[in-house]
Amino acid sequence: MEEAFQLALDSAPFLLKGAYYTVILSLGGMFFGLIMGFGLALMRLSRFKLVSWIARIYVSFFRGTPLLVQLFVIYYGLPQLGIELDPLPAALIGFSLNMAAYACEILRAAISSIERGQWEAAASIGMTRAQTLRRAIIPQAMRTALPPLGNSFISLVKDTALAATIQVPELFRQAQLITARTFEVFTMYLAAALIYWILATVLSHLQNTLEARVNRHDQES
Amino acid sequence: MIVVEKLTKQFKGQVVLNGIDLEVKEGEVVAIIGPSGSGKTTFLRCLNFLEEPTSGRIKVGDIEIDGSRPLNQQQGLVRRLRQHVGFVFQNFNLFPHRTALENVIEGPIIVKKIPHAEAVVLGKKLLARVGLAGKEDAYPRRLSGGQQQRVAIARALAMEPEVILFDEPTSALDPELVGEVLATIRSLAEEKRTMVIVTHEMGFARDVANRVVFFDKGVIVEQGDAKALFANPKEERTKQFLSKFLNNTH
Repeated sequence: MEEAFQLALDSAPFLLKGAYYTVILSLGGMFFGLIMGFGLALMRLSRFKLVSWIARIYVSFFRGTPLLVQLFVIYYGLPQLGIELDPLPAALIGFSLNMAAYACEILRAAISSIERGQWEAAASIGMTRAQTLRRAIIPQAMRTALPPLGNSFISLVKDTALAATIQVPELFRQAQLITARTFEVFTMYLAAALIYWILATVLSHLQNTLEARVNRHDQES
Repeated sequence: MIVVEKLTKQFKGQVVLNGIDLEVKEGEVVAIIGPSGSGKTTFLRCLNFLEEPTSGRIKVGDIEIDGSRPLNQQQGLVRRLRQHVGFVFQNFNLFPHRTALENVIEGPIIVKKIPHAEAVVLGKKLLARVGLAGKEDAYPRRLSGGQQQRVAIARALAMEPEVILFDEPTSALDPELVGEVLATIRSLAEEKRTMVIVTHEMGFARDVANRVVFFDKGVIVEQGDAKALFANPKEERTKQFLSKFLNNTH
């Protein structure tokens, strides 16, 4: 027992370095995924059929194929086309593209759920479509979108472990490397699991705080 | 002030408005009455292009829009027109995530780019004007329907429109709250504001409007001086419609 504890302690710097990559991948994937997802959601809602259709195909593809396969295509597949990416950018691109598909669907549903009267009220005071989205629609849609976006984010944090398969030295990869050296399989993977757990808990807490802030006009008088 | 010529609106092959001509002069209060499905609300919504007309022309002040051209080819013009035309909705349509004051100053700040401090002064003045001083920081959810509608009126006033359109402003209200909203609109009429009001409140239309327009089946059947038309309708269809209200008019 003491030995295991000592091992966990000795490996801590490596695991934390791995956790650092996990956080980078999670935040980066979420950040770029959200931006792209928002663009895709607007495309989906466009009155131009072709634009809407392109976004639809995109979402269908990235939700309909395994994330692991997407990562392999980007990291191992693209070099055959002359596009060579380092592991970290490859993973970041993969997670962002994948998250964008989920964010698109969440944001599209949230925006569609805002009643027509809100669009009309904004139009009636002379707002442009962009102003209407920014000032009236998005703030309200975010209330609806935050819980599912939070869930997707926590899924993403856990899915970043897949980056281990394309050589990103993230948390799970570090645990694998240490295990290969020490054969302390149980201790190392448990330690990694605990760190994922802590990350997910902190992030859910942040999500709850954010939700409470966005919903404040429900509570206050 | 407003000139409407040969306005038509078809919806999925069905004719909702069949050639409406109407003129509203500055300072005039026009009430539009008629049975449900007569096209009166559609007409009002066409006036600020919340509804896209099929054909016809609409002129407000010096802005003229050809209804037969697709709206998305003249969006700039439509937005300019809307800044001169206030609209008060049946369901208020306040922004639920903004306080009463924020709802009122949204247009001045975002659309007219008025400095924030100046807009706040204006917003507070307008909320006081509709009897809601002290409610600046209340979110719509915490206000009664009547109060919400008065915030909506203040929001329309904040754009300093040349004309305000009211779409059945009291239809969504509990009976005991109708009076306060009507009193607010009445006080605007006393300021000689140009207004077009679609309403089912016949007593109100008679007392406050200068002119009453009776819509049925997508056309204007009859119009004239408010008191004269209620006392002595000429068309058979108008008589029939008004007789239903005789018993329960105030």
